[in-house]
Amino acid sequence: MESHRILKESQIMKIHYVTGIAAIFVVAVHILMRLIVPFELSLEYDYIISNYKNIFYVLILESILVLVSVHGFNGIRIILLELRQSKAWENMITVVTISAMIALIAYGTRTIILANGL
Amino acid sequence: MNNTDSINEDKIVLKVYRENRGQKSGAHYDRFEVPYKKWTTVLDALLYVKSYNDPSIAIRYSCRMAMCGSCGMKINGIPRLACYTKISELETSTIECEPLSNFPIIRDLVTDFSLFFNHHKDIQPYIQSNEGVETDTEKKTFSFYQSPEDVDRYLQFSYCIKCGLCNSACPTAGTDLRFPGPQALAQLYRYYADTRDESKKRLDIVDDRHGIWRCHFAGSCSKVCPKGVDPALGIQLLRSYMLGISKDNKELAKKIEINTDKDNNSN
Amino acid sequence: MEEIEQPSRNNLEGLKGWLNPSRYGWERISYWFQRLTGVFLLLYFIGHVYETSTIVNGQNAWESFLELTQTVWGHLFLILVIGACTFHSANGIRLIFTHSGIGLGTPGRPDYPYSPSSLNYRQKSGIWIALILSAAAMYYGFNILFGE
Repeated sequence: MESHRILKESQIMKIHYVTGIAAIFVVAVHILMRLIVPFELSLEYDYIISNYKNIFYVLILESILVLVSVHGFNGIRIILLELRQSKAWENMITVVTISAMIALIAYGTRTIILANGL
Repeated sequence: MNNTDSINEDKIVLKVYRENRGQKSGAHYDRFEVPYKKWTTVLDALLYVKSYNDPSIAIRYSCRMAMCGSCGMKINGIPRLACYTKISELETSTIECEPLSNFPIIRDLVTDFSLFFNHHKDIQPYIQSNEGVETDTEKKTFSFYQSPEDVDRYLQFSYCIKCGLCNSACPTAGTDLRFPGPQALAQLYRYYADTRDESKKRLDIVDDRHGIWRCHFAGSCSKVCPKGVDPALGIQLLRSYMLGISKDNKELAKKIEINTDKDNNSN
Repeated sequence: MEEIEQPSRNNLEGLKGWLNPSRYGWERISYWFQRLTGVFLLLYFIGHVYETSTIVNGQNAWESFLELTQTVWGHLFLILVIGACTFHSANGIRLIFTHSGIGLGTPGRPDYPYSPSSLNYRQKSGIWIALILSAAAMYYGFNILFGE
């Protein structure tokens, strides 16, 4: 047992389950928003920009971004941890998955903010 | 393959994995033709080969009745006890015997269980308690009371014979050496669910990166268990305590005990 | 004598064993699918975040990227994403229940021939429902993307 860890594995897994369930709901809203208009229209530039200006939809997009990133990169971390065991490898996985997660969230947020200002 | 043919001939080809860890190469399969009857087990066939064809085959066995857990091996690709697997039930004309995967090979079909037993020891497989009822003050003997319902909570898991088949079938144990494996985790549940045990730290032992959370319920352990232990069930039940879904039986039992004591006193 | 390759020191089954999920029943197949779809969905998600970010470069950039993705192969890929997403969600919900000890039965005294209570019909039907839902979602997606 290594006590210096910030989160216990059980806490990380609780986050994994909660983000998974929450992601199902927000992704469902995201898909439904596209299904209520004809498929071709849902890809029109003006329609999408108007979506990005709808604060409700922006919140949905941002929460999808955060929830799926946390859930997905934790999943990748689990798979990689099981593949190989050594201190260097495990530390590298933690750093790489957390940075990738932050980078993806930052990049997606940038899109949302910029598209909102267009 | 033609099933009726093999039964008429009453002979089977036994394909046995041969390897000596002392040598760098030379792993190969040896084939032997073995006569068999309806009741012949794979272990019987291997012992026949040892007696009449090649005495150098290394196998580990003892009780021949699925009690000692020594003769675990992969038979036709699936971990099984050789003494518990009848040739007639396999319904193939060639039977392939290989050492258990996920265990280091020592020689031929014999594998090294050191890591497996270490994982078992790590979960502290013994009852830890200070609260026995003193039955004899002179001899300092204690007894622990337990109702039949309390026994049923863990009895199934105490039937484990440590044969290692579950760890050999587990997909996580197949890549993760630090994962305790279904055997150790199910045993942890066995002691956790035991009302006599009072260790508060038991769950922390496996709340680790390579601990219980690396079980993904592929169910392979329960599928191959020769004693009906159902390790997957034990692991999930243990996890439900860690997630706070199931309430601690011991705490509940204590509350009931206190209430009954109160009732008795008031009477 | 047919010489074969000697396994590694620990004789771990490794990815080779992982790639063959057919030996241990439905639960193992669902475990396998859950992983594959999970990795696939994360890759898609990264691609999707990148793809949609072209919108900040104006209408032309957006439309030229659309041309790349709105093809027959792009649509077939999307249908796979729909299927993977549905399976991963439905099976994920089942797994959260099982990890919480729900729907597995209770420990008892095992009788020969042993049938593990954790691998019961509830688990199997959960897996089949996830597969059926996923097929239905793919069919629906196919109709929308290739309809008319």
